[in-house]
Amino acid sequence: MVRIVGILAGAVFVFVLVLAALAPREDVPVDPTEEFHAHAHAPEGGWSWDGPLGLGVFGGYDNQQLQRGFKVFREVCSACHSLRYVSFRNLEGIGFSEAEVKVIAEEWPLEVAATNPDTGEATTEPAIPADRFPLVYPNEIAARAANNNAAPPDLSLMAKARADGANYIYSLMSGYQPVPADFPEDRVQESLHYNPYFHSLWIAMPPQLSDGLVTYDDGTEATTEQMAADVAAFLHWTAEPKMVERKTAGIGVLIFLLLFTSLSYVAYKRVWADVKASKVGGPGTRGGRADKGIHADAPGEGDHEA
Amino acid sequence: MSFTWAKPYEPKTGVGKWFDERLPVPRLVWNSLGGGYEVPKNINYFWNFGVLAGVALVIQIATGIVLAMHYAAHTDVAFASVEHIMRDVNWGWLLRYMHANGASFFFIVVYIHIARGLWYGSYKAPRELVWMLGLVIFLLMMATAFMGYVLPWGQMSFWGATVITNLFSAIPVVGDTIVTFLLGGFAVDNATLNRFFSLHFLLPFVIAGVTILKIWSLHIPGSNNPTGVEVKGPADTIPFHPYFTAKDTFGLGVFLIILAIFIFFMPNALGHPDNYIEANALSTPAHIVPEWYFWPFYAILRAFTVDFILPAKLWGVIAMFASILLMFFLPWLDRSPVKSMKYRPTMKLWTLVLLVDVLVLAWCGGAPAEEPYVRISQIASIYYFAHFLIILPIVSKSETPLPLPNSIAEAVLKGKESTGAPAGIKDTGTAAAPQPAE
Repeated sequence: MVRIVGILAGAVFVFVLVLAALAPREDVPVDPTEEFHAHAHAPEGGWSWDGPLGLGVFGGYDNQQLQRGFKVFREVCSACHSLRYVSFRNLEGIGFSEAEVKVIAEEWPLEVAATNPDTGEATTEPAIPADRFPLVYPNEIAARAANNNAAPPDLSLMAKARADGANYIYSLMSGYQPVPADFPEDRVQESLHYNPYFHSLWIAMPPQLSDGLVTYDDGTEATTEQMAADVAAFLHWTAEPKMVERKTAGIGVLIFLLLFTSLSYVAYKRVWADVKASKVGGPGTRGGRADKGIHADAPGEGDHEA
Repeated sequence: MSFTWAKPYEPKTGVGKWFDERLPVPRLVWNSLGGGYEVPKNINYFWNFGVLAGVALVIQIATGIVLAMHYAAHTDVAFASVEHIMRDVNWGWLLRYMHANGASFFFIVVYIHIARGLWYGSYKAPRELVWMLGLVIFLLMMATAFMGYVLPWGQMSFWGATVITNLFSAIPVVGDTIVTFLLGGFAVDNATLNRFFSLHFLLPFVIAGVTILKIWSLHIPGSNNPTGVEVKGPADTIPFHPYFTAKDTFGLGVFLIILAIFIFFMPNALGHPDNYIEANALSTPAHIVPEWYFWPFYAILRAFTVDFILPAKLWGVIAMFASILLMFFLPWLDRSPVKSMKYRPTMKLWTLVLLVDVLVLAWCGGAPAEEPYVRISQIASIYYFAHFLIILPIVSKSETPLPLPNSIAEAVLKGKESTGAPAGIKDTGTAAAPQPAE
């Protein structure tokens, strides 16, 4: 009975699916801009966290680079973009001293919300290291209003919120170019900017970086590529600030687990030696049953010692 | 709950005896995973995955309970509280990455476990209830994982929840009422997030409860084995401890190594970037995809594109649920008395096709709903239903199985060459010679 019902139900599903599979398909219009899209790529020399062989097992952050990236963020990006999940105190993680962080927080162009201790009224005051980076706009409506209806996204997690994050940020920031001559006229969007790394090719953010825009404290030449790579690295850190801690712990865990697994393999082989050997003993032998003390640590027997 | 020749529990100290007479927990442990539980000696590494699934559940519960101490289930702060865990909670990043990747690995383990059951006929008499309780656990896991994915309140959380809960609106007449009831409102919002958090906390303990029933029902007939021939005598089995505690410990080590590689070196490889964007009801992602472990079923859902008496959407929903529910009837759809595919030359090939078919469905389910994926998923869905509902009932009746070994011990001794009687005569599942003792 079950089989008859099953075969009938199966026949119904198969019939409906065959109908669907045979149904003609609408022609999907070919996107004439398809060929203009470019794949995100790493800067020359790769990233510090790629590590040897690019496996990503060992490489950490390059604090010099992160500090350069922070400078680009502070002088360029932070005019429009927030970093809402990052606190000033976190900057100690990229090599700034406690005193430096205090100054950075205090001198940040935006102040943080506060309450006047005398009147109880809402006010603002300079940030302290414990504060998060202040928001640029109070809400999304304000952000849209100030930016031609395209709200600048928060950058805290940008390196994880896009496929191939750091490569994407690097490629996008250094990837602005003139519209190709053969680009279809009717697809040009005048109010936006052409960028082959952006998902729609037309991005609201104008080109931000140009050679020499920032003066690096460590003397690195501030080419567009350099700044794009540095700010991408910085945003990789803001998205994944515990990466170094994670990898370090991971190496320790793996060493332990490899040791543990090797030992348990040897133990397994030893415990089973008599079962494997008894294969030649013929049917009926109970595989030796190993009463050489192995049973002594059986859980049931050990329990009543406690 | 074991065979008559199993070594009984004998307390060795006065205290042990005193305790055992009053609360025989050590006896229970001894009889269920100690020296008192006899297991076929020929089971291979695929039998490690039941224990691994148990370990995966424990990892999820342990990390989940600590995460819940720091997480806040409110749409205003849920996303930020997850970032708080990642940045400010001591070892919070580890807990969260363990929990997120642990969920994926729980499914990997369970899928291999289910495939093992299909291949070696573990769903057949006398283990039908073991199989069905396993399916209940699988359904509970899917519900738990789905609701858990909503909690970080990212874009995929929100839109995945919207798409999946909207499926119920395909039900005629009461559909919309059901959706409103599930969501606690007219759209995925704070009420939804709160109830999903509550249920996400509850269901793992229900899973743990069903797991106990499942292990209980398994330990009545004992484990199946690669020959599918039931245990006939003491020569066929060895005690769980130390033999399988040792083997499972090794398997656990391998499992943890692979899991650790993901947690520590590629923690976001199995996730979707869009879930690092906070949920926004006004911005729909380009492609809404569920987590990878739902892809085969998502592909079946989307394969129904033609209205035929019922609307296409309703067909998709019915088929998606049917694709899992039909497995409850597997013990009766498959009429062959032979369990293991090793001795079923025809069904073995069909089953291999099925395994590939499910991988193809998974691939289509993760792809955008465009050609050629839609048509491929339609063909793959045809095979999926045809396999379980048409091919299996017919082939299992008509195929001639290879001769089975007389016993596990004989199969172990002679390897694959066996001179046993033809299938279906000597071994008919329930008729296994020695009945387990109470």
